[in-house]
Amino acid sequence: MLDAVGARNIDDLFSHIPAEYRLKGDLHGPRQMGEAEIVDYFKGFAGDMSAGYSIMLGAGSYYHYRPVVIDSLISRGEFFTAYTPYQAEISQGTLQAIFEFQTMICELTGMEVANASLYDGSTGIAEAVMMAIRITGRSSTVIARSVHPEYREVLRTYAQHQGMPIAETAFLETGRVDLKALDAAITDETACVVIQSPNFFGTIEDVAAVADIAHKKGALLIVSIAEALSLGIVKPPVEADIVTMEAQSFGVPLGYGGPYVGVLATREKFVRQMPGRLVGQTTDRQGKRGFVLTLSTREQHIRREKATSNICTNQGLVALMATIYMCIYGREGLKELAKQNLSKAAYAVGEFKKSAKILFDGAPRFNEFVVQTPGAAKQINDKLLDQKIIGGLPLNRYYPELGNSAVWCCTELVAKAQIDAAAQAVGK
Amino acid sequence: MAYPADFRYTKEHEWIKVEGNSATIGITDHAQNSLGDIVFVDLPKPGTEVAAHKSFGSVESVKAVSELYAPASGTVTEINQALADSPETINSDAHGSWMIKINLKDPGELKSLLDSADYEKYVAEESSK
Amino acid sequence: MSDVNKNIKKVTRHVSQNEGLIFERSSAGKRGYRLPPLDVPEVDAGKVLGAAVRENLGEMPEVSEFEIIRHFTRLSTWNYAIDLGMYPLGSCTMKYNARVNETVVRLDGLANAHPYLPEKMAQGALRVMHELSQALIEITGMDAITLQPAAGAHGEMTGIMLVRAYFEAQGKQRKKILIPDSAHGTNPATAAICGYEVENLRSNAKGMVDINALAEQMNEDVAALMLTNPNTLGVFEEDIHKIADLMHNKGGLLYMDGANMNALVGKARPGDFGVDVMHLNLHKTFSTPHGGGGPGSGPVAIKKHLEPFLPTPVITAKDGRLAFDYDRPKSIGRVKAFYGNFGMHVRALAYILANGPDGLRQTTEDAVLTANYVRKKLEDVYDLPFKSPSMHEVVLSHRLQAQNGVKTGDIAKRLIDYGFHPYTTAFPLIVADHGAIMIEPTESEPKEELDLFIDAMRSIAAEAGSNPEIILNAPHTARVERMDEVTANRKPILRWKPAADAGKP
Repeated sequence: MLDAVGARNIDDLFSHIPAEYRLKGDLHGPRQMGEAEIVDYFKGFAGDMSAGYSIMLGAGSYYHYRPVVIDSLISRGEFFTAYTPYQAEISQGTLQAIFEFQTMICELTGMEVANASLYDGSTGIAEAVMMAIRITGRSSTVIARSVHPEYREVLRTYAQHQGMPIAETAFLETGRVDLKALDAAITDETACVVIQSPNFFGTIEDVAAVADIAHKKGALLIVSIAEALSLGIVKPPVEADIVTMEAQSFGVPLGYGGPYVGVLATREKFVRQMPGRLVGQTTDRQGKRGFVLTLSTREQHIRREKATSNICTNQGLVALMATIYMCIYGREGLKELAKQNLSKAAYAVGEFKKSAKILFDGAPRFNEFVVQTPGAAKQINDKLLDQKIIGGLPLNRYYPELGNSAVWCCTELVAKAQIDAAAQAVGK
Repeated sequence: MAYPADFRYTKEHEWIKVEGNSATIGITDHAQNSLGDIVFVDLPKPGTEVAAHKSFGSVESVKAVSELYAPASGTVTEINQALADSPETINSDAHGSWMIKINLKDPGELKSLLDSADYEKYVAEESSK
Repeated sequence: MSDVNKNIKKVTRHVSQNEGLIFERSSAGKRGYRLPPLDVPEVDAGKVLGAAVRENLGEMPEVSEFEIIRHFTRLSTWNYAIDLGMYPLGSCTMKYNARVNETVVRLDGLANAHPYLPEKMAQGALRVMHELSQALIEITGMDAITLQPAAGAHGEMTGIMLVRAYFEAQGKQRKKILIPDSAHGTNPATAAICGYEVENLRSNAKGMVDINALAEQMNEDVAALMLTNPNTLGVFEEDIHKIADLMHNKGGLLYMDGANMNALVGKARPGDFGVDVMHLNLHKTFSTPHGGGGPGSGPVAIKKHLEPFLPTPVITAKDGRLAFDYDRPKSIGRVKAFYGNFGMHVRALAYILANGPDGLRQTTEDAVLTANYVRKKLEDVYDLPFKSPSMHEVVLSHRLQAQNGVKTGDIAKRLIDYGFHPYTTAFPLIVADHGAIMIEPTESEPKEELDLFIDAMRSIAAEAGSNPEIILNAPHTARVERMDEVTANRKPILRWKPAADAGKP
């Protein structure tokens, strides 16, 4: 090939890079490894982790069983080694799967349109807020303090340079949003109210009541959902204007925090203000049904600095995992599975109550709950490691006012024996 | 395509038809032709103030967005609701498919606009570039 | 049909299975799961949840496991993929996705690691991130890095926020970001959401930054120049040192979009030629799979002076253990929950280890060689609008074919019939008449595949003269013909509805 291009040696092809910037030798780093070495190398890392432990952590990342069908299907090269489906004629597989994803997300959230996915639940809130600002022409946001602390941090990062003031509003002893404080916090400049349900403490919010307050003052309601499986048994937030969700629970591995898959769903009338890709149904020249990326004039590659967002990608393969998961469990299975989670958490609350205090006990919850203990949460967790149990997330960094407390989670994968063991340990 | 003699035109390819103190605004046949199939028109609400040479909305084809520039300043009194459902009428009849009506603020602004003959000449020059 | 197929060597038509939407397969009572029995008492959901209980899940499908396998397997066969052949999308770097990456990312300890594990239980994951950080710092010649951004555009946003924070800390914010007219659309969108005005910077006749224009436009209102190098024409900015000096002399910063790092790894380092901040695309340069449109990963590498502003948390080493440092008062804050797309970090590190320093260098050399080979073999039949030396991609134009009414988008569609995914069409915009044909073969392609591609492109160029209709109506052999995008945009149908509801809004 060198002859064909008329080069004497490979360095000829780099000769237009000024000499002082051309590397004289190779980079520093480990030498080339064989496949067996690579696998061993990562086994070393993997062995230094929590494999085999029982996980009672939730807080935005949920350990659910992943049916084997998911990896079997997404490992097909036609799915995972394909690019974004810009060329519809040879991307119908990806496009139809996303169309199915959009449909299922609408069904689950009670919204009318859903996009092809966003990065994750945290950035989903930031995108939803920017969308609400475009729709209302107002600039500020009121967000509940019971929204995931890291989601709120992300919103603050996005907002800081765009003239988008953010106010936080308090929660009550039930764990729910303080409606009076919320009402007082909303002004004529409030574009949207943001709540999470189930919230960071696991409490299910009274979405209809919050919506009433927001809508009376002309603000939109954004509901964030971190535990997607809750929608199997908890009423969807149909009163919301925008729903943004982390769909990791739907068959996506914990994976130390990512990649996950964010979702944004809303009402049809707001569709042109939505960020992210959308797949639409249409026909080809022969009248055959097919799917295309559509309404793309909202996006950065056309509108440049006036785009609805700088988002370029969605989370294609992760959205596919979620789609397959939703098909596997389907209409009845999601309900049954959600009920198992509900039952596990209810049982755990009963057991933990015997030796510690359960906070926010006055409102319904899904699979998470907050436990306040005499001793520091971290010390309890340290002791539980001996029994191969990963305890709840200590809250002192985020909510110092809650004292020695932690948010615990019981999915279908936590066995009764571990719940009993943990319940005993927290009292000590 | 004939450009109606009772309209005046901008170099950004909008037309304006004046009747007394009120005016009707749309885009020219040349504009629709270069945009291709129009899929969406974004228009301001009645009551909005528009300023001459400033954007008052946008028109979209599948892969492009074009700003709409007001030929003259004024207050929007009415928008063509029918375009929301059938933007394709702009493609079939650009000069009959009005977008907004405004109350003129300063009829004097109209003097700087092109008449149909000058606009036609301008379009011809543009196309030959 | 024979006429349509006669010059095509790479592919033969075969049957493609039909398949409806999953909802159309659904029928009550089918299921694809079985849960183990509950080992705690079952609760009455109505009692526990009260008014918040959900009664039914609407139109969610009910199908068996085997139907799911069939459904998605059939769908998969409708896709083109790098596993099927060359994917010459310029600026997208579609390279081989090694299977060992997929194996190691699924190791139990890494795949099932909760992000809030106590740090002592997460040392393996932290070490993956630390090792990858070190490797990327070495590759870029920068001083520090964050792995948090989830994609390239997200990395850009993070990078420009770091720029803002840097000027804020100096107590004198600047207003503008300069962006060359050859830039990717995300650049201006990013600058805008970070609160900067965008000022366009024109390119010179060689397709490079016009140094005189830059000197004129650079002043103390300008925070940074967002530069892609090699630029979107696949051309290395020969005056890069002057560009960096012009920026730095007026106190500005140089941002580099790392989309085209596949032309530089192991050969030249942005940190050595004056870049202050840059993002990488692990899904381009470092072989993490594109997944049909994500997930990506967009680490941001920086020079020392931007280090205090990195997103929280950052990884630190103390007493032989790794830990997260959250106490970073000057940080721009978080850009994402948790620590980034960790699964992509694992894959990228595996790629780097499989290559080693010599392999990384050779990868770049091969990527540049394949692009120049394609250029050489096509430049007599396609117009080459900018003659500057190509690095890892080559930008041609449709000027010659357009004389017969055949445009870049049409040639692209005809390539589908020849068994290839199209190249990038109509970008970069500085190629006249939206006529760009942007080809990036990558190092992964063997000469045999390149020759088939060249043959296909030459054959299409010939067809443009002899039978332009065949190109204008392409593709002829895909499952579907060109789609009606106009109706899809005018009357969007964005979800399936049961037949009885289909007419309702």
